[in-house]
Amino acid sequence: MTATLGRFLILASVLVSTGGAVIGFYAGRSHSPGGLRLAQRFAYAYTVLMLAATGVMEYALLTHDFSVSYVAHVGSRSTPVWVTVASLWSSLEGSILFWGCILGIYIAVATFLTRNTHREYMPDAIGVWLSCAAFFSFLIAAPANPFLSVAPVADGPGPNALLQNHILMVVHPPFLYLGYVGMTIPFGLACAALIRGRLGHSFVKPLRAALLLPWVFLTIAIMLGGWWAYEVLGWGGYWAWDPVENASLLPWLTATAALHSIVVLERRGVLKGWTITLIQSTFLLTILGTFMTRSGVFNSVHSFTQSAIGPTILVFLAAAIVFSVALLALRIDRLEAEGNFDSAVSREGMFLFNNLLFVVLTFTILIGTVFPLIVEAVKGRQMSVGRPYFDSMVVPIGALLLFLLGVGPALPWGRASASQIKRALLPPIAGAAVLFLLGFAFGARNPWTLITLAFGGYALQVTISHLRSPIMQLRRARRRFAGYIVHAAVIVVFVTIGISSTMRYTQEVHLTKGGVANVGAYSITLLGVEERQEPNRTSTLARFAVAKNGVQKTTLEPRMNQYLMMREPIGTPDVYSTIGGDFYLSVMNIDPAAQSVAVNAIITPFVGWIWIAVIVMGLGGLMALIPQRVGELRTGAEPAASDLAVGPTLGGEA
Amino acid sequence: MTANVPVATESMRRRTRFFMIGALLVAGIAFAVIATSGINKNIIYYWTPKDLHSAGNKAYGATIRLGGMVVPGSVHTEQGSHLEFDVKDSSDIVHVKSSGAPPQMFRENVGVVVEGTMVPGGYFKSDRLMVSHNNEYRAPKKGHPVDRKELERMMKSTEGLKD
Repeated sequence: MTATLGRFLILASVLVSTGGAVIGFYAGRSHSPGGLRLAQRFAYAYTVLMLAATGVMEYALLTHDFSVSYVAHVGSRSTPVWVTVASLWSSLEGSILFWGCILGIYIAVATFLTRNTHREYMPDAIGVWLSCAAFFSFLIAAPANPFLSVAPVADGPGPNALLQNHILMVVHPPFLYLGYVGMTIPFGLACAALIRGRLGHSFVKPLRAALLLPWVFLTIAIMLGGWWAYEVLGWGGYWAWDPVENASLLPWLTATAALHSIVVLERRGVLKGWTITLIQSTFLLTILGTFMTRSGVFNSVHSFTQSAIGPTILVFLAAAIVFSVALLALRIDRLEAEGNFDSAVSREGMFLFNNLLFVVLTFTILIGTVFPLIVEAVKGRQMSVGRPYFDSMVVPIGALLLFLLGVGPALPWGRASASQIKRALLPPIAGAAVLFLLGFAFGARNPWTLITLAFGGYALQVTISHLRSPIMQLRRARRRFAGYIVHAAVIVVFVTIGISSTMRYTQEVHLTKGGVANVGAYSITLLGVEERQEPNRTSTLARFAVAKNGVQKTTLEPRMNQYLMMREPIGTPDVYSTIGGDFYLSVMNIDPAAQSVAVNAIITPFVGWIWIAVIVMGLGGLMALIPQRVGELRTGAEPAASDLAVGPTLGGEA
Repeated sequence: MTANVPVATESMRRRTRFFMIGALLVAGIAFAVIATSGINKNIIYYWTPKDLHSAGNKAYGATIRLGGMVVPGSVHTEQGSHLEFDVKDSSDIVHVKSSGAPPQMFRENVGVVVEGTMVPGGYFKSDRLMVSHNNEYRAPKKGHPVDRKELERMMKSTEGLKD
């Protein structure tokens, strides 16, 4: 019964989204206001249907209705309620349904916010959104249908144990989906601008907002994914250049580039085609990422089972690429630049350089990620590209970006004289020296860490000087202030990644009950090994007393969790976090009978700052979303002679 | 840059554009060369013992993720942290020396993936060891043979491998 209702809702959503897309494109062609209104209604109807279908699935999960195929696949009576709710996105079919649900919410909100504005573009934008919606509804209806009727079983297996193992599993996927799916909205707007052959100044604002919101979610999601890996996987790191991690980073890079080129577009009226290309690439990379993570071409916690969904997504990706490229080729010369570049050594020149680096970075990671896929497809051999490739390529480009993050905002817009440039670029060298020497004093010797510290110090001084001025006039320059908040957080992220990845200390420790071992400044005492029964799992845990410099600090309980329906146990590390760094214990093997345990003890300086700084990045992004009052955002070139010290009047944000 | 020059603006702009495209092209080719050589130096091969033997000298120094089954009776532990065992597939056997404590599920007859390389002593030196890990459900029978597909899936996975 429930399954039938779900199937009906999905089939209806296929019809509504397809119909709405046709109406949207037609209304765009015929400039009919009635057509636009009708397309808007179809958009809302699609949202209602997706919300209803998702509600039906959650109801089936919570009531353990094992006659629904998806519930029989991932449900279990023994899992806690939060796991049951989150089961919606714990396996393939449910996660695509969840995708459709979020796409519905985005489309409804975007349609509502533009209901009376931008009439020139909106019919085509709605057409593009609903075309994407139609594809995902088709996926849910056919190759990934979660609403099949099956003979009810008494109890299901529950979701993947790795996903049950940590509360972050509830948070990371929704954020990632909000980021990934949300990129459909700016894609639709950008395509609409191309179809119209115009990108007017007033349309830049919604384009930027539509890009910024999913960017915020994606930023947080990438961090949550790394944090989850750190808290759950037990190897003590947060980033391994795993294909699924890269899949989330790639669209983030192009979206970040687009957020920068939009600033130049808004101010100077140039880079229209370029910005649109970046936005389209962002969307295409989210679809590529979905293909890589969901089709089973890479094995990970994200690729659930081999399924027929892969080729379907690939076809959609190909269609979207052809559509985007064709549209660009046909219309890009119609987008007239309204201004031009005066000088390379200027704010806008650095924006261009920034964009170039972001694109190079994207290609670097993209090549390393898809290379094994191509080799396997062509030669049938299996391999992967190792971490050193990514590290050796990404670190120098990242360092250059960090350098630009200092130089760009220091330079004025437009033409400046040599002495002005000197006055702008020389003082922050002090900041570079301070951070460099601090790092050296505390034992940093890795050249890239020291370079990162120097560039970070340089950028930090520039950023702080910019932050200081607009804080006085926050209401007038909120966007710019928010931009520099994000920059400050980015600097913290770069510096802490530099330090935490090169100054880590790892030691393997074997202990029996009562035994003591020294790990750096820490000493750990094994208090005992015990077994603990929970409804859905059995934990074998080692209790350690942790002392630092002789002072008792805390008790850590790294463990092995054996889930009811799983064959193998899963290790879960335990972490003692301080401002200066983390002390991390991860069980390798454990024996309750002998009261003995082997653990990896890892000391990582400053690692916790990464999570905090990325949250600040997200908050800064949200702050930049709040609209400013009309007239506050002035555009056009500043007089070339404007004094560099008067930062606020220079305008523009990063 | 050329906007203030009154003469030949159009041709100069064209020349600038030509120069820009040329520079981008050169930079793009340089980037492609650097990236491909970077990739070629850092390939991780997914091999079975048979693949490893047929690769001959290529196996020495290359980074390899070797998948197979732990041969019964071949496991030796030195000082609690150094591990030696043989890994086999249907036809070939490779001797493995692994550093670090064995993971919880390590035992005879289990599927493992080790990452490392062949060294001149004629054995496989590994610093990463992962036990075949089935994310699905509890196996129906105990001691059933290792699923080759599962090993392949695991070789592709980096999650769960310690760094």
